[in-house]
Order: sequence, then C-alpha cells, then structure tokens
Amino acid sequence: MYRYDEFDERFVRERVAQFRGQVERRVDGSLSEDEFKPLRLKNGLYLQLHAYMLRIAVPYGTLNSRQLRQLARIAETYDKGYGHFTTRQNLQFNWPKLKDVPDILDLLADVEMHCIQTSGNCIRNVTSDQFAGVAKDEVEDPRPTAELLRQWSSLHPEFVWLPRKFKIAVTGAEHDRAAIKVHDIGLKLKRNAAGDVGYEVIVGGGLGRTPMIGKVIREFLPKDELLAYLEAVMRVYNSDGRRDNKYKARVKILVHETGEDEFRALVEAEYAKLDGPTINAPADEVERIAAYFAPPAYDALPETSETLAKARADDAELDRFVAQNGFAHKVPGYIALTVALKEIGAVPGDMSAAQMRAFADIAERYSFDEFRVTHSQNLVLPHVKQDDVPAVYAALKAAGLASANAGLITDIIACPGLDYCALATAKSIPIAQSIAHAFADPARQRAIGPLPIKISGCINACGHHHVGAIGILGLEKGGRENYQITVGGDASEHAALGERLGPGIDAEDVPGAIEAIVDTYLAEKEGEESFIETVRRTGAEPFKAGFATFIESRAATASEAAE
Amino acid sequence: MTLITKTGAADDRFTRFDTLEDALATDEPVLIPLAFAPAYVEQRPGAEFGISVPGSAAIEDVAPHLETAALVAVEFPSFADGRGFSLARKIVREGFAGTLRASGPLIADQFLDALACGFTEVELPETMANRQPAQQWLSAKETMSDHYQSGYGTEPSILQKRLAARKGASV
Repeated sequence: MYRYDEFDERFVRERVAQFRGQVERRVDGSLSEDEFKPLRLKNGLYLQLHAYMLRIAVPYGTLNSRQLRQLARIAETYDKGYGHFTTRQNLQFNWPKLKDVPDILDLLADVEMHCIQTSGNCIRNVTSDQFAGVAKDEVEDPRPTAELLRQWSSLHPEFVWLPRKFKIAVTGAEHDRAAIKVHDIGLKLKRNAAGDVGYEVIVGGGLGRTPMIGKVIREFLPKDELLAYLEAVMRVYNSDGRRDNKYKARVKILVHETGEDEFRALVEAEYAKLDGPTINAPADEVERIAAYFAPPAYDALPETSETLAKARADDAELDRFVAQNGFAHKVPGYIALTVALKEIGAVPGDMSAAQMRAFADIAERYSFDEFRVTHSQNLVLPHVKQDDVPAVYAALKAAGLASANAGLITDIIACPGLDYCALATAKSIPIAQSIAHAFADPARQRAIGPLPIKISGCINACGHHHVGAIGILGLEKGGRENYQITVGGDASEHAALGERLGPGIDAEDVPGAIEAIVDTYLAEKEGEESFIETVRRTGAEPFKAGFATFIESRAATASEAAE
Repeated sequence: MTLITKTGAADDRFTRFDTLEDALATDEPVLIPLAFAPAYVEQRPGAEFGISVPGSAAIEDVAPHLETAALVAVEFPSFADGRGFSLARKIVREGFAGTLRASGPLIADQFLDALACGFTEVELPETMANRQPAQQWLSAKETMSDHYQSGYGTEPSILQKRLAARKGASV
C-alpha cells in the first residue's frame, strides 16, 4: 500500500487547516454561503435532506486495518455508529455536525486519509479494479497509476473549477471491473505490438441523465506521457465544456456535441503544444510510487489447499461461501474473498463500528493488513491463504459479514435515495431490501446465478441503474414513487446501457416484476448462460413480453379488488 | 475596484474605457476590450495599453495582441467559472511577459491557483474586497506550502522536490 511521505503528510495537514480557516471565514461573513458551498463540497461536505454528509476518499478503494479502526472511532464519536460504503469506493458518514468536521479531518489525516475532492466540480477520487495486483488477467497493476493521478489531481491549480464533476477510473486487466467505459476518463493499461506498456484512453462515458459509453480517443499512449496527455484533455474540457446548463456540462456532452473525431483533434492539437517532459512525472517518481505496491511477502504454497478442500467437504455453508465469494488469486495457494455488505434486509454498503473493528482484525491477521472497497459496495480481502479460509469464514460469520451472495440477485447496489438524499425522487434502500427478502432463499439465488441489480432513487443515477443487468430507477409521478425497470445494462468491457421494459410501476410491485423478469430468463436461458448473456442474445423483447404480462395480471388483481 | 498583487493591495495604473473615442482621448494607460486593440494601436502607436478578454476567448484571437499589449485582463463572470485559468496558461505559453490580471468576483481561496496559472494580479469588485480584504488574500496564499503539479507556479512541484532530494542524497 502507498504510504505518505513528508510532502503528502504536510499537504493533507495544511489542507485541513485551510478548511478550518474557510469554516471560520464563513462564520465571520468573509465568505458568502454561495462562495463557501463549493469550498465545502471540495472537502466532501454535502448538505443532505436531514443533515450534513461527509464523504471520505478511499483512493482506488484501498484501506488498511489502522484506517478502518479510525473510521470506526469516527463513526462512534461523531456519527450514529456506522458508515456507508458508496459506488465510488468511498465511505460516507451521514450525520456529522459542521463544527466537528475539521476535527474529523484531523483524525483522518492521522491515518493518511482525507476528503479532498470527493465532491464538487473537480477531478474526483480515482477508482480502480478491486482485484488490482490479484487478478491473473492483469497487464500491470493499476494502483501506481491511480496513486499518481490522486496526487496530480489534488488541488490542481487549473482544474478545480471545471464545468462539472470529473471521474477517472483505471484498470490493468482484460476483464473490466472498474467500469472504465462509463467514466469521464477511463484508462486501460495495455501492451502494444512492441511489448511496451501504455494506456488506452477513453473519454466521455458517464451515467446520470444522459448515459453514454465513452469513446477511445487514444489507442495507445506511452506510459510516461500520461500526465501531459491528461492535462491536454482537461484543458480542452475546462475551456470548451458547456457552462450554460449543468445538465449538459459533463465532458460526455462535449464529446458528443463536438463529435468524437473533432474532440480527438482538439486534444491532440493541445497536446502538441505541451512540453511533455516539464509536465510528466519523472521516471524515478513513478518507480518510487510503484514500489509501494510491490507484492506482499507471500509464502510458497501448493496451487490448492488440502485443508480448505477438506473443510469445504465438511461444511456446505463454507463451500457455498468460497464458491460464490472467492476470486482466483494469481499466486498459488492464495485466494481473494469478497465480503458482501449485503445481508438480507440490511442497507447495502452499511457497516457498523463493531463490524469495522472485527473486519480490521481479520484483514490485519489474514490479508497482509489490507482490504479493498468495491464499486458494488462490498469489501475484498485480497490476499488470503487458502489454508486460512475456514478461520476467516468463521470470523466473518461472527461479525455478520459472511453473506455468500457476491454477484447474486441479492447483492444489490443502491444509492441512499429518499432516506438521505436531497436530490432523490424516490426511495431506493427499501426497494433493495424488499427484493432481497423476496429472493432470500440461498438455493434459489444460486440457481438464478450472477445478476447484478442496481437501483437509483433519481435520474442522477448514483446507483448506476443504466449499467445494471436489471436496473431500477425511482422517480416521482403524480405524488407517488414510481419505478422504471431496465434490463441488459453492463459496466464491463461489454459496456451497454439497459433497455426499458415498459411503464413505471409502484414500489410494492417491484419484487413481483423482478420475479417475472427472472422467470423469463430461466425460460429463455440456453445452457450455462448467465442472465446478461441471455439478454445479450435474445434482446429485451422476451423480457418486455414477460413484464407486460405481469403488469396485466397486476391490473386485473387491482380491478378485482375494486369491485 | 481593488487591485491585489502577491505583495498586497496595489494602485491600478490602467483606466478602463468602453469606447474607442474615450480611450483615444487620454494619455494615461488604458484598458480596452480586445476588439478595439487594432484601431487603438494604429492611432496611438507605442502607447501603453491593456486588453480585456473574456475567460471564454480563444487563444487564437488573443495571441496577435500579446506583443503590443502591456496588460491582459482576463474577465471572470463568476468565481466558479474556471475557463480563465486555462486561458491564462495559454497566454503565458505564447510568451506573454506583461501583467496578467484576473478580473472579477474571485475569492481569496483562489489566489494561490491564480498565481500558479500565471496571473500576476487580481482585480476585485469593491463589494468583494470589502468582505475579503487584501490581508485575507495574502493569508490564503500561504495556506499550502506545496503543489503536486509540475509546470505550475514558480516553485518546483512535490514530484520534482522528491527527485531533487533523492539526487542530493545519492551524491
């Protein structure tokens, strides 16, 4: 894991003091409310429906036990005893008081953490693959790039007053777990024909009101040219991005309205004027950062563990957990485990202070003191010895963290929705809970197989519903909450936006509609096809038909009840 | 209007004019919209003048005047409109060595960034200067000792300092 040096340490400390001063200047009237707002947002402080919310950066989703214990302490001291992991690999506290925020930031700085640019019209927390350094299909570990970008984007003198927020994701693997095609900039580490490592640069993807798949504007960017090239992209966006309408201000609209080829030409023209060597990171510095992500001291072990094989044979629950939540590790004898924050009936992504402490102990003892946050609001223990899995499972179970449903229909992403958010038009957490209850039977979940459901409580799409295999969008219609259902969305290298099945439905009908969609899938499924593979083959039509039948049956029931 | 440089409040030697006739009628240094520059230079060759350009201006429109103008004032319609920062970078890249002014309702918290992007002074509306006097600007400038981005400001970036420290250590 990256560790702060004296410069990083001083930078974060000074940033805390700077924010403390900004709060004081707001209180004494030097700053107006309008002026203070973007300053507090750039420090992750939102005003929500009921209270302030503080969003803490978890750079590329990597944390250690000391940091998690500090988060537990903050949750207990300044919040209601829990935190909420988000779809941006961050952590949110929903109930801090404004006066406490500078103190919370000090506590974060004590463990090399901050809230810099977790909100506001600037470059946000850089996200990455939760299996970075673990996956077998990796060209190169994406974390050194993500850390370099964290530093480069922090308080950038030119790019903190952008037309709109700006999100960058990096992956180093063939299979895209970082959703790079639906980010403002997506970077994919790759090798060219000569065997050199560089980046494929994708610009202009995004979700929100106008979902778009990003365009490849550079097939291959030599690795050492990254910062200068990104400076060119950012300068074009900062200069030319729309500022007349916040709903058309993201770079995806600029790319769309300018045209992919013209946008590429603008970037390349700007890039040609830059003096790369004065901007790019020195090779020494790139190596210095990369050294922090060197593999941990693995033991030399056989490919598979007999201990684990025997334990799985004896314990069907453990066996299911490993089958569902295990991820193949590139090092023999090790495994990565997804820890789903998705107990049936729980709030997706929530974690209590007690769970944080228990999990910190597990990560410290069994995973080289490191864990990851995923954009599915789950956690990952990246480097577990297969021999240790039975003990890890027992410890997770004791902490209420052993849900064997990673990637299944009950592993649902949901935004905070109307329970917390000032922008929401509908509830999303209770919808996730009602679906999870409807499909609670583990055997049934396994029979259905991988089926990521994503729920957003408004058009801004924080729950990423556009790229859910099943997507649910909550809107307000005639004073009632109304839910639109889509199928076929995909955030991976097969990136696709979901297609709507029909008219919106009431909250109480959502679990039934999901049942109808699942029934259609099971009827259409060929061989071992997953849900998304079936939709990709059949298109949305059979699902629309099944959905229409469900709506008719509901209407018939309703009119019968009225008679 | 109040003028703030990195050493504090300063007097403005330039007077703004909205019409070419008025600008031509004075011998003092004038600050005029970009569109008047060709006519002004033709009629007052050698006179000291500045041009006012919106943050949204294209560098291609500004560049032809950078050799003759002593001052360029980049207008910020709002403190949250960051286009002026990028325009400043492009103006500096063209080799402009005169006074580069950020003009508009900026806040003290942006002073460090404005200087790092190449601005040499900020011109504030009086209402802003009353709430955020020069002292706040000078203080804001000192809040952060370092920056990560190479190529911005006059000091080396953190990345460059680390490199220098390592080289120093290995000698």
